[in-house]
Amino acid sequence: MSDAIVRGFVPQAKARPPRTPETHYLNVEYGVKSWLLTTDHKRIAILYLIAVTALFLLGGAAATMIRLNLMTPRGELLPADTYNKLFSAHGIIMVWFFLVPVVPTVLGNFILPMMVGARDLAFPKLNLISWYIFTIGGIITLWAILAGGVDTGWTFYTPFSTKAARTNVIPTIIGIFISGFSSILTGLNFIATLHRMRAPGMTWTRMPLFLWSSYATSVILLLATPVLAMALILVGVERAWGIGIFDPDLGGDPILFQHLFWFYSHPVVYVMVLPAMGIVSEIITCFSRKPIFGYIFVAWASVGIAVLGFLVWAHHMFVAGQSVYSAQVFSALSYLVAVPSAIKVFNWTATLYKGSISFETPMLFALGFIALFTMGGLTGLMLAALGVDMHVHDTYFIIAHFHFIMVGGTVMAYMAGLHYWWPKMTGRMYSDFLSKLSALIIFVGFILTFLPQFVLGYLGMPRRYHVYPPEFQILNVMSSAGASILAVGYLLPLIYLIWSLFAGKAAGPNPWGATGLEWQTPSPPPPHNFDETPVVTSGPYEYATEEITDVH
Amino acid sequence: MSTNRGLVAHHFEDIEQQRDVEAFGMWMFLATEILIFGAVFTAYTVYRLRYAADFEAASSKLNVLIGSINTIVLLTSSLTMVLAVHATRAGRPKMLMICLLLTIFFGLTFFGFKAVEYYEDYEEALVPGLRFDPGEWAERSPPANAGHVQLMLVFYYIMTGLHAVHMIVGIGLLTWLVYRARRGTLTPARYMAVEVVGLYWHFVDIVWIFLLPLLYLAGTHRASDLHF
Ligand SMILES: [Cu+2]
Repeated sequence: MSDAIVRGFVPQAKARPPRTPETHYLNVEYGVKSWLLTTDHKRIAILYLIAVTALFLLGGAAATMIRLNLMTPRGELLPADTYNKLFSAHGIIMVWFFLVPVVPTVLGNFILPMMVGARDLAFPKLNLISWYIFTIGGIITLWAILAGGVDTGWTFYTPFSTKAARTNVIPTIIGIFISGFSSILTGLNFIATLHRMRAPGMTWTRMPLFLWSSYATSVILLLATPVLAMALILVGVERAWGIGIFDPDLGGDPILFQHLFWFYSHPVVYVMVLPAMGIVSEIITCFSRKPIFGYIFVAWASVGIAVLGFLVWAHHMFVAGQSVYSAQVFSALSYLVAVPSAIKVFNWTATLYKGSISFETPMLFALGFIALFTMGGLTGLMLAALGVDMHVHDTYFIIAHFHFIMVGGTVMAYMAGLHYWWPKMTGRMYSDFLSKLSALIIFVGFILTFLPQFVLGYLGMPRRYHVYPPEFQILNVMSSAGASILAVGYLLPLIYLIWSLFAGKAAGPNPWGATGLEWQTPSPPPPHNFDETPVVTSGPYEYATEEITDVH
Repeated sequence: MSTNRGLVAHHFEDIEQQRDVEAFGMWMFLATEILIFGAVFTAYTVYRLRYAADFEAASSKLNVLIGSINTIVLLTSSLTMVLAVHATRAGRPKMLMICLLLTIFFGLTFFGFKAVEYYEDYEEALVPGLRFDPGEWAERSPPANAGHVQLMLVFYYIMTGLHAVHMIVGIGLLTWLVYRARRGTLTPARYMAVEVVGLYWHFVDIVWIFLLPLLYLAGTHRASDLHF
């Protein structure tokens, strides 16, 4: 499959036909117990993969019901209450049980220790505990959603969540609270690993960019998640006790809850998108056969995004009643986030320039990410502007904007990363044709689903309503049609990836001819990753540079 | 993986790296803890500034004597905790055991005083939603807003309650150390468990150092109020 990708670069795998090693992390032990008690970061990554995929399907099912309901202006399919519970379930599952954990816990867990040249994460047992915490939190939340549901939206705004809502608020909060500790422990584990477990010679500026973005992500997880935990405790106490912190009857301030909530929930957007950017940096360089353009800028842009991300939360509250002056400050700071984000996009583009580009499946997804993330980012600038935000606040414009970032950005990059490292994780190649087809279907389906929502929002269709004026029907039907295409695009990989486990060709250690320590081990890797601790003597993207200079 | 076989987990190069990582991990966990408490301290501060007089009125009803005694108890427990770390590194198992047990003892003493205090708060109708008399606050001179007083008291219970949860976890960890000390697995070469639990214990103490002025010392107290 990689015949045409390189000029002047001979992957080691070409020397003899690739084959799967006899012992690797998947077959070293068998049985349910060997999986449930494993401390191998690679096996834990697989456990997470199963958990988040199941949760993604559930969150997706809720989205399907929402889009079906919105086919008609009067929303005949669902009663209003059920609709409220479905969009709440969709948001809660997708944010906390898919988007936040997916890249760090699945791809990060698997790849990060190998990228730094370590045998495991710094705290392997803690890593397993994180998975159990995540799973327990997930089960409690799912139970709360299935046994009656919750109708507050994923934001739990007070006083609705503390006084008015008659649904399972407390069990849902408990589930999210618990799963938060899995985020914290994962972040802690990654930071410790990146600080203390790097192989000899792996200096900070020799780290692959995925590690820089994982580091920035971990800092956010570590410092933002506890604030959400506290905010949820306060909501839970107020609801259970019937008396509390945000209660206006006592002089409490509901806006204070919004401050605490968004202090977590804005930075957490970067938990979703930073690791995605890291994946894209890896893939763009690999399939352009060029070192990344401006390594140090891309690396520090991750840190910049993480730091700025902590200073912009109140842009979610422009119409909530905060002071005009603070709104102006938060508006200006929000603009600043565009700078490191744009640095990344420009540098990826510059990396592509005069590269020797091949359009393998991961590359298709990564290019899709750049396109969709750019659109999501630019509409984010429109929303950071106070005046525009007043106009489109709480409309489908917002919905479209953050789905461009979260689905067009994070999910697209996750798919890219999954396809990129799948041969490493499983030792198998998947169907070239079907995977490229699914990249195409997802891109087209995505655009059709969410582009009309920008228009809907701009025309004034509010979010979270289960009915709408008839003149909005055409755009809504377009969006629902796109969603069905998108669903096909997401189900297809489920089929061919599972199929590849049984019928895929052996991948060999390095099917893409990529640099990076993770490609120097057999696929699938042995239990301890490296027989000898590797020694690093060069930067992360030493792709045949002398060949490229020939072009000039 | 060359020296200290059995001490070093398989994924570390040597014991130095392992110790380094363990202490580093606890420091990061404490960073998370600071933000958990930081969030509720921030919320408290918002209202403390907004409703200053009412918060002070509520504060002066809290039992500052017990609060102060508990401060001394906790500081002493930090001393015995430090001595426990020292004893482990110096290879003095008997001293280690005594220090661990003393630390647990001071922790439990704290809970004893705290229980008396909570009971008194209940007796004095300082528990919103359970036993609270709004009229009493309105009749004071100058009158205090009963709603704001309740807000202060809710914070008092959440903040001291969260601190108490951390104390319980700490006592659990200390009990685990006692078990390990009895089995003789805390030696000068394996002292990190004591060190790391020590870090946690000191942190929980420091939280209390902040709680005392925020909650108890916000209002004025007369000498006649000092009682158990
Ligand atoms: Cu935001």
